[in-house]
Amino acid sequence: MNPRQITPALLRGMTQPRTRRDFFRVTGLSAAGLALAACGVQGQKAAPPKADAVKDYWAKQSKHGKLVFANWPEYMPEDQAPLKKFTQTTGISVEYKEVIQENAEFFGKADPVLRAGQSLGYDIVVMTNGVQLQHMVELGYIVPLDHSRMPNFLANAGDKYKERAYDPGNQYTMPYSSGVTGIAYNTKYVKDDITSIEALFDPKYKGRVGMMADAQEIGNFGMFALGVDPEKSTEADWKKAGEKLKQQRDAGIVRKYYDQSYIDAVSKGDVWLTMAWSGDIFQRQLAGEPVKFVVPDEGGTIWTDNMLIPKGAANPVDALTLMDYLYQPAVAAELDEFIQFVTPIPAVQDLLREKAATAKGEDKKALEDMVDSPLMFPSAADYAKLRTYTTLTTQQEQVFNSIFQSITQA
Amino acid sequence: MKRLTPYLLALPSWLWLAIFLVVPMVAMASVSLQTGNAIDGYAMTFSFSNYADALGRYSDQLLRSLLYGGLATVAMLVIGYPVAYWIAFKGGSRKSVYLFLLLLPFFVSFVLRTISWNFLLADNGILFGTLKGWGVLPEGFHVLATTVAVVGGLTYNFLPFMILPIYVALERVDPRVVEAAQDLYATRAGAFRRVVLPLSLPGVFAGVLMTFVPATADPVNAQILGGTANTMIGNIIQTEYLTNLDYPTASALSFTLMAILLVGIFIYARALGTENVLEAAAR
Repeated sequence: MNPRQITPALLRGMTQPRTRRDFFRVTGLSAAGLALAACGVQGQKAAPPKADAVKDYWAKQSKHGKLVFANWPEYMPEDQAPLKKFTQTTGISVEYKEVIQENAEFFGKADPVLRAGQSLGYDIVVMTNGVQLQHMVELGYIVPLDHSRMPNFLANAGDKYKERAYDPGNQYTMPYSSGVTGIAYNTKYVKDDITSIEALFDPKYKGRVGMMADAQEIGNFGMFALGVDPEKSTEADWKKAGEKLKQQRDAGIVRKYYDQSYIDAVSKGDVWLTMAWSGDIFQRQLAGEPVKFVVPDEGGTIWTDNMLIPKGAANPVDALTLMDYLYQPAVAAELDEFIQFVTPIPAVQDLLREKAATAKGEDKKALEDMVDSPLMFPSAADYAKLRTYTTLTTQQEQVFNSIFQSITQA
Repeated sequence: MKRLTPYLLALPSWLWLAIFLVVPMVAMASVSLQTGNAIDGYAMTFSFSNYADALGRYSDQLLRSLLYGGLATVAMLVIGYPVAYWIAFKGGSRKSVYLFLLLLPFFVSFVLRTISWNFLLADNGILFGTLKGWGVLPEGFHVLATTVAVVGGLTYNFLPFMILPIYVALERVDPRVVEAAQDLYATRAGAFRRVVLPLSLPGVFAGVLMTFVPATADPVNAQILGGTANTMIGNIIQTEYLTNLDYPTASALSFTLMAILLVGIFIYARALGTENVLEAAAR
């Protein structure tokens, strides 16, 4: 509207005080609304599924020839070659979406949809073991898997990836890949070899240290610094870890509490050393950036990203077919060569070794580095240093989060 | 029927308001008084202590948000008024070109624009890296992860919402009024202070409202450009909603923020005597 057309009458209408009667009218309307909305948010704690019900569910499903796969960024080669081969072999087309950036945020957005009994529109979703995955299970948001349709998984998955505390018996999930949270540093600025977690608390690096904002990640590192095993930690340990991290912040050592953006910060040199995820750093190294990754002597966190079928998925059979397809060693090797995290399929190491033997030049070197890397194929000794996240009940989670969020969001 | 027509014509907008404003607000008010957790569900307990708890825990972040919002608004006013003035009085036939140029960067997504500051202002990036290379800046100098970066980001991101209303107000000032003032021996400064400025106050009023409110509630700038002590209330509300699934606390904080902003606006409107100003402008 042309401002010149604002008439005095319109302006008066917009600016003059409402009369008392108007006020009561509005309140009356609101009161009606209040009555309407007085119901609470329903809880949906689900009982474990019965075997018969699972069987019935799968008996009713059929193949549709398409599926939607929601995954994290940098978890699939750009040309999506593994998925294209899948389509050629099975005739199932895959719509691949990189829509998951953070577990908490993803769950926060998915929860109201699943709670209302609607579909997310994804047939496979990838989530890290942690409180959000635990909530997904507790709330009955995941379709239980049909073990008769996953022969590759049963034959090829490593033992560690079949016996996981957060999903005993693989009732709901199949690992996509694992990774380690450790320390990354920019070798242009940090000339020492970093081996200890104490480097993150060293005043020498004041204002140049990055820590992660995620409560479970930073909580674990606070506990490692104190020599506490997070898997066996108590509320008293969390508080002590909180104190340690608070001192670190108040001394000005931490520059920022990062999400995925830590990786640009360390490769540009805004921070010199930071908490980091293993595979991210390898990909940067391959790109020629001066970054290095270590698991501190005191310990590092191992986590697993898991594929699952969310409740209400339209194409569960197609989804399960793809999930199992990825468990063929040859397919997994091709994928792991790109993503460079820890694969749940031990046979991949030999396949990559064979490939390295026939490769030439730079490719050969890159492949040999991968095969020998303890961060892609951890040895038993490496696994001994690695811990998972603290398992938390809903009540404990509130305490845990508030301890560590009071540091990261001061 | 004739008597009812205006009401019928207004019906769609009333419905719109009811469905998309009143109902969600009331639902949120209801949630803000509930207790429970995401797994077992939330039940209405009329727990007004949610408000006290939330305020007790997050008063720092709330005050900081008001401070940052205020600082950014002042900065926008200082930068924006001269720009609006120049376009309105000196823009000549190219006014619309200048306005277009002003808005051009804002065709890009808000978050992307903020992230690009991260690249521009990187410690050793194209700007500071070069200056450090010349020895103009000390090695440890940085802007990212500081209050300056956050307030600067807010200022940049909301600037057009300050400039446009002021421009609209100034554009309506009849140049002959200024000439008349000068004929009556007003100095240039005097004519500005006693004629142009009062006539542009409605624009300033609208500009301040349109920038202070969103700047105070914004979570993006603090997250992308801030450091360890720059968390704003928007970030807290986001974490409570999405990470902790603590809907009551998040709702209570949202309402508190809204109440503070409404009271602030009310006092501000009274102090500036907006009604008189607007009436004067309309005549």
